[in-house]
Amino acid sequence: MTYSAHFRIWRGSAAGGSLQDFDVDVSEGEVVLDIVHRIQATQAPDLAVRWNCKAGKCGSCSAEVNGRPRLMCMTRMSVFTEDEAVTVTPLRAFPVLRDLVTDVSFNYTKAREVPSFAPPEGLAPGEFRMQQVDVDRSQEFRKCIECFLCQNVCHVIRDHEDNKPAFAGPRFFARLAELEMHPLDTVDRRKRSQEQHGIGMCNITKCCSEVCPEGIKITDNAIIPMKERVADRKYDPVRWLGARIGRRGDGGAEV
Amino acid sequence: MGEHERHVYDVVVIGAGGAGLRAAIEARQRGMRTAVICKSLFGKAHTVMAEGGIAAAMANVNSHDDWQVHFRDTMRGGKFLNSWRMAQLHAQEAPQRVWELEAWGALFDRTPDGRISQRNFGGHEYPRLAHVGDRTGLELIRTLQQRIVALQQEDFRQHGDYEARLRVFAECTITELLKDGPRVAGAFGYWRESGRFVVFEAPAVILATGGIGKSYKVTSNSWEYTGDGHALALLAGGSLVNMEFVQFHPTGMVWPPSVKGILVTESVRGDGGVLRNSEGKRFMFDYVPDVFRAKYAETEEEADRWYADPDSNRRPPELLPRDEVARAINSEVKEGRGSPHGGVLLDVSSRLPADVIRRKLPSMYHQFKELADVDITAEPMEVGPTCHYVMGGVEVDPDTEGAVGVPGLFAAGEVAGGMHGSNRLGGNSLSDLLVFGRRAGLAAAAWVESLAGDSPAVAADDVTAAERTALAPFRDGTADNPYAVHQELQQTMNDLVGIIRRAGEMEEALDRLERLRKRAAEVAVEGHRQFNPGWHLALDLRNMLLVSECVARAALQREESRGGHTREDFPKASAQWRRWNLVCRLDATGQVSVDRKPLASMPPELLGLFERKELASYLAEDELAGLPEQPTGGGPR
Repeated sequence: MTYSAHFRIWRGSAAGGSLQDFDVDVSEGEVVLDIVHRIQATQAPDLAVRWNCKAGKCGSCSAEVNGRPRLMCMTRMSVFTEDEAVTVTPLRAFPVLRDLVTDVSFNYTKAREVPSFAPPEGLAPGEFRMQQVDVDRSQEFRKCIECFLCQNVCHVIRDHEDNKPAFAGPRFFARLAELEMHPLDTVDRRKRSQEQHGIGMCNITKCCSEVCPEGIKITDNAIIPMKERVADRKYDPVRWLGARIGRRGDGGAEV
Repeated sequence: MGEHERHVYDVVVIGAGGAGLRAAIEARQRGMRTAVICKSLFGKAHTVMAEGGIAAAMANVNSHDDWQVHFRDTMRGGKFLNSWRMAQLHAQEAPQRVWELEAWGALFDRTPDGRISQRNFGGHEYPRLAHVGDRTGLELIRTLQQRIVALQQEDFRQHGDYEARLRVFAECTITELLKDGPRVAGAFGYWRESGRFVVFEAPAVILATGGIGKSYKVTSNSWEYTGDGHALALLAGGSLVNMEFVQFHPTGMVWPPSVKGILVTESVRGDGGVLRNSEGKRFMFDYVPDVFRAKYAETEEEADRWYADPDSNRRPPELLPRDEVARAINSEVKEGRGSPHGGVLLDVSSRLPADVIRRKLPSMYHQFKELADVDITAEPMEVGPTCHYVMGGVEVDPDTEGAVGVPGLFAAGEVAGGMHGSNRLGGNSLSDLLVFGRRAGLAAAAWVESLAGDSPAVAADDVTAAERTALAPFRDGTADNPYAVHQELQQTMNDLVGIIRRAGEMEEALDRLERLRKRAAEVAVEGHRQFNPGWHLALDLRNMLLVSECVARAALQREESRGGHTREDFPKASAQWRRWNLVCRLDATGQVSVDRKPLASMPPELLGLFERKELASYLAEDELAGLPEQPTGGGPR
């Protein structure tokens, strides 16, 4: 039941660091986060790691396990063979603070740049009426636990720090799509999706969807439809003509 | 002891779960410069773990529901020990608080006519819980987080600074409250990332730090739940009430060991799941207490009919309040009718089609599949009780959430006591966070305005003392490590002050706690101050030990069984004990004292919501004698 596993955990800070080796006991049913905690309790009490719920609901314990972005709390040890070394490194797209903890403030900055939900004026709380079928699409994106694995894996910023100012990343394309598809939202975010949030830089390799622990189809259900809506708005001939003669081509307010 | 980073605010909120964020939103909307301080990243608080829903009598699914029925259910669930005023405000205001979330962007599941859908839950007479599948807590926290962002965007437009009037201090832990005479003057803490100290100066501080579950070994709670706010209030001269009442959620995972305690939502039962023992029997029919007998089905046939026709059938006993179900499971296991890994079987696979289960309980499906290799659409789950919630907390004024004895200090959410009495109903926590979070924000703003500039001042000596305390664990030597002390604490509380309690065991627990307190004062941590979990835990130990002592002392003193406090040596509820709250304080020498304080009596118009016969099962003879023969206002429908 119990065996000794070999772990290699990156330890260090912004100034640099290296993989450190640990041999540690593993019991039936355990996940990578259990083992990291055991190392912390018995061998390296100052090993820095973020975690909260340990149930895949809060999105705190994101790291790269054998090179793949994952939640440590949802990665069963049984996916590795007993003689396989398990290497745990911090998320690569964000600056390291210490050991497995990275500075994810990029994501909070980007969150502030997305215009918030705006219901119709005069619609009082309690008066909202929406059909389930109309909220299904946005609800998919609201399953997001903000683990930022999609942001971490996205090649537009993973190895291109210089793209970060102009690119919001998959998490916030899903947020834009969520608001765009909300049946009672009144803001049109299509133009800025391209101009401020950089959705055009995404070339739909679907890496984000592959790592999403919530199974959100970010590329198929959020990014591609948003790209289509951006294109419709930009190249719609009626709208183009409307703009030429000084009238607005669509109903929503542009932000 | 050098100069520290300092921030001056009108209102400082400690904690960024549902209550903290709702309080901050209210304070900011009232014009206060507001800071929110959280131990984790913004949006990660324990509120995300709430699954089932938010209880609010909106009457969207059953038109008979109203605040009076919700109030009555809440009082019954708490075995009449609740602060009646808090239970009343909660029931009255919860619908507004839910609707407001929708205006801030929340997307709840819908009824066929497009309103917010509501589901059944234990102890609630009608379908009452607004929900989003089984991830309602995530929806709540994300909505409040996004509302805060919306307010920051408003400030950016007006002032060119997102944080002009509302700032979130993430990964920052408060270790001391600072005072000026009797009044709160601010707070002292450290940045987790750098270990640097930070001083907040504010005339109003709102505690919204959640619960204490990390003092127990088997718990659904995250590492943050170390009783910080409870301990900060005690140390600042406040008092804690009802600390003996700890809720063990009946259904936590039991296998494999690494996930033991993780929550299995009550929605599984609300949506049709049943509990069976190893003999295949639906044992809950044997555990319906007299006070609930009239409301619950006596046969499986009637119970099964209730889901489709709740008006002419009684509800299944699996939906009794949590304390009843947890005790029943405990008994079944103890009498040898448990599942292979020491729980009982919770089965929804034979009750609902697989696609319905996946749609209504997606995260439960995912959780069992990923963590236990169990497909809940095809086989039953193994479940058992897990420490989930503390009913006890900071003693507050019911209307303002102002902490008794400490002007300028407020408390809302799980850290506050009174609302839930001896046992909380499922779904009443999320609504509690919103109703009393808002009220705390409102009252804190009013308090600051009333000062009219006469602000308290932080004393330099207090800051120096706080710094010294925080640095103490960096001592030389081969003393205990904090992880070892923590594990022993968890084992002690689990074994000796758990779901079933005995005087001798609790006395032993107090002895052990005393020894652990001495060891905790001597723990040594390795490394330096930058993001050092060993150091963080060493500081949290003080809080966990203080709060655990309050639980054990109050539990030893209350010689009856009620809600989340079950005494093997005093198995019955006592009408005389119902009249008393137990209040914990720290005396001048730093020792915990426990005193009796009479419970506020309910006004006649609220008593009139209950039949006299029902009141007779809770109240003492002389209390009943004072009531009119048939109370006004009519009985239950």
